Amino acid sequence: MIEMQDVYKTYPNGVMALSGINVRIKQGEFVYVVGPSGAGKSTFIKMMYREEKPTSGSIMINGVNLAKLKDSKVPLLRRHIGVVFQDFKLLPKLTVYENVAFALEVIEESPKNIKKRVMEVLDLVGLKHKARFYPDELSGGEQQRVSIARSIVNSPKIVIADEPTGNLDPDTSWGIMDLFEEINNRGTTIVMATHNREIVNTIKKRVIAIENGKIVRDEARGEYGYDS
Amino acid sequence: MTVNTLKRHLRESIKSLGRNGWMTFASISAVTVTLLLVGVFLVVMLNMNNFAKKIENDVEIRVHIDVTATQQDKEALKAQIDAIPEVKEIKYSSKEEELQNLIKSFGEEGSSFKLFEQDNPLSDVYIVKTAKPTDTMKVAKKIETFKFAHKVKYGQGQVEKLFKTLKVARNIGLGLIIGLLFTAMFLISNTIKITIFARRKEIEIMRLVGATNGFIRWPFFLEGLWLGLLGAVIPITLILFSYYNIYDFLKPKLTNPFIQLLPFSPFAWQIAAILVALGACIGVWGSMVSVRRFLKV
Repeated sequence: MIEMQDVYKTYPNGVMALSGINVRIKQGEFVYVVGPSGAGKSTFIKMMYREEKPTSGSIMINGVNLAKLKDSKVPLLRRHIGVVFQDFKLLPKLTVYENVAFALEVIEESPKNIKKRVMEVLDLVGLKHKARFYPDELSGGEQQRVSIARSIVNSPKIVIADEPTGNLDPDTSWGIMDLFEEINNRGTTIVMATHNREIVNTIKKRVIAIENGKIVRDEARGEYGYDS
Repeated sequence: MTVNTLKRHLRESIKSLGRNGWMTFASISAVTVTLLLVGVFLVVMLNMNNFAKKIENDVEIRVHIDVTATQQDKEALKAQIDAIPEVKEIKYSSKEEELQNLIKSFGEEGSSFKLFEQDNPLSDVYIVKTAKPTDTMKVAKKIETFKFAHKVKYGQGQVEKLFKTLKVARNIGLGLIIGLLFTAMFLISNTIKITIFARRKEIEIMRLVGATNGFIRWPFFLEGLWLGLLGAVIPITLILFSYYNIYDFLKPKLTNPFIQLLPFSPFAWQIAAILVALGACIGVWGSMVSVRRFLKV
């Protein structure tokens, strides 16, 4: 469960990104975060995996207050949270298999478990047959699947996605969304920032709209609500 | 840390040496030049120190006892000298013994002094040694004030001069070495900076998937260590090889008991150990400087 209380964030350059966020996301929910560029979406997302610290307020994730979490404990938090980005963030010199295995290697998982888990998640994202390919030999959609595979390989409770379909064409995007739904159906919480109106309006989920650092709308089966 | 992790760190650090080829070369060269100079300097300094120590230890104060002193007066003088806290040793040498020593020291011509055996003009002497050679002058001055201490002599002048020279040489050398050590460290820290830059995406992903700071730091730490150690190889080889030959060449020619080279073993090996340690230190230090600044861990 994710719970934010009175979260404020002012960057050192004086920009106020969030001003008084209160939200509660239950385990297993699927949440879209929408809003215009520069409204505080990214900051909101970054708070959840402790890339940014709130200036004030508290963020509880599975009973841990991220506002008070020591820097040295952040790696342990990240092992329970998967993160997916618009630009995939894959390592170009590693194969698909190695890219996914990397996430387990750096947390010192045993080689036997690594092999088993990596093949499992590659099977889930439908790329088992491309395990030996390099990222530049794959399409954008496939690369995003690899990055999703990497984000869930250590079985996190929460997956946070920052515009995962931002670089993909519409057809590919639907495939990626199917994958997120599949992951969500297995009980993983999904928090996704997006600009894709069609997706939000078609695959109906909870929608949180952020404008000027505040939550202006929070609907159970919401609409995208912006023109673009 | 598991064996697998350690292997991974080793692999990564070595790979990175090859990837930054030219910077690796520059860093290793800098360490090489630094350690070579440090090594030569150490060899010269320590040998000079050794000469100095030998001369120092030979310094003694000769207290000539007034001829009018009775046995009792001599005892009193001895007690007085003994009471000075810096004095380590006091030996009595009668005027007959002094004459014998004198005759002996002149060798064949010494026999002409035998005439004096009838009427010995020398005085009885106390030979005083101080615990620390540098206290010699102070103690000598004190003894001069004692009754029946007719004359006080010691090898003043030369030792002070030697030490002054040694001190200047040591300071210049130290300044030079510190400057060089910093240069080498700076170059190593730059190499590591490039490594970090080349791998920033990898580091970012490591962070995202929950690698600990220690885990991220290890390969850089090792890379710095390799740079330092590789830089020590040539200086150590050169110094061991040349000291061995110089020692062999000079040993039979140095007949003066004060000027003797320190024996190859263990001296040269100690120098080698110091150079390895220094190489490792500047390597690790240089890499830590970069890692701290650019990794924010």
